Amino acid sequence: MKQTQEEHFDPMSHVVPVSLYATIWAALMVFTAITVFAATVELHIFNIVVALLIATIKGTLVVLFFMHLRYSTKLTMVTVVAAIFFLLILFSLSMTDYLTRAWSTSIH
Amino acid sequence: MATSDIQVAEHALQHHFADMEQQQETSTFGMWMFLLTEIMFFGGLFCAYLVYRASYYQAFVEGSQKMNIWLGATNTAVLICSSLSMALGVRAAQMGKPKLMAVLLLITIVFGCGFLGIKGIEYHEHWVNHEFPGPTFHFETGDAVHPATDPVHTEIYFSLYWAMTGLHALHMVIGVGLVTWIIIAGLGGAYSRSYFTPVENVGLYWHFVDLVWIYLFPLLYLISKKHGG
Repeated sequence: MKQTQEEHFDPMSHVVPVSLYATIWAALMVFTAITVFAATVELHIFNIVVALLIATIKGTLVVLFFMHLRYSTKLTMVTVVAAIFFLLILFSLSMTDYLTRAWSTSIH
Repeated sequence: MATSDIQVAEHALQHHFADMEQQQETSTFGMWMFLLTEIMFFGGLFCAYLVYRASYYQAFVEGSQKMNIWLGATNTAVLICSSLSMALGVRAAQMGKPKLMAVLLLITIVFGCGFLGIKGIEYHEHWVNHEFPGPTFHFETGDAVHPATDPVHTEIYFSLYWAMTGLHALHMVIGVGLVTWIIIAGLGGAYSRSYFTPVENVGLYWHFVDLVWIYLFPLLYLISKKHGG
């Protein structure tokens, strides 16, 4: 029984071709160049939007391919989604406090 | 699967797991749980950054103009290269090639130390320019037309800069130590095609540290167009 289970387990099934890693690497380098270039263009409020958008694209590529999330179990995917979810709670609830403090002083 | 592989696999299988697959999945899940706590750990600093940047935007712009954008961009590229060699190293481990793995992980260490070296050059520059928060902190833009508008709050920017990049650099140092351990264990024959979980998990840690820098770079270096670099 144990033997058949070990035969069923094939760690080689997750081996990703070198070309895919090279493509991800190239994409990350290109996005780094784009984000440095985008910082030299005056986009006002959208500078930070573009910077964070590019960072998130890069981060997604790293997590999905370098960190093998695309080939991981659903439990691992839920863990990552939970991390993002709680991080957003931390940011959004903190900012609803700090960004609205000025409102109460402007009333007086 | 080679006979030696099965022997290593049976040796590596702990008695409380049903099989190698369950053991590896449990281990990887545990690593991700650890990384989740790391995300919240760094998240606190990112949140502090968000609050103060929203409050003192101009002071943060002036602080960020003291960053060397080219050294920062070079370090970003260096880390991406280290992540590639790490991913290829894990791949070599998956395929049961310990020597190839050792070479690729050694390249990862070289990139990692290169990152720390460049970071050290930047730290030295900030230190001699009195851009370290504390009694020696002294901030001027050095331009009569554009005097520092808010040096007190620019000090907050530098506090966050040193804390965030410092914590990140500490993670890099730990990462280099972990990769060294994997190389030594790998050359000693600890891993095989059926058992390479520590390599996979150290890889996850390394990529996570890269991920943190992917956000630190634009947030600390690229705040505003009016950049000195």
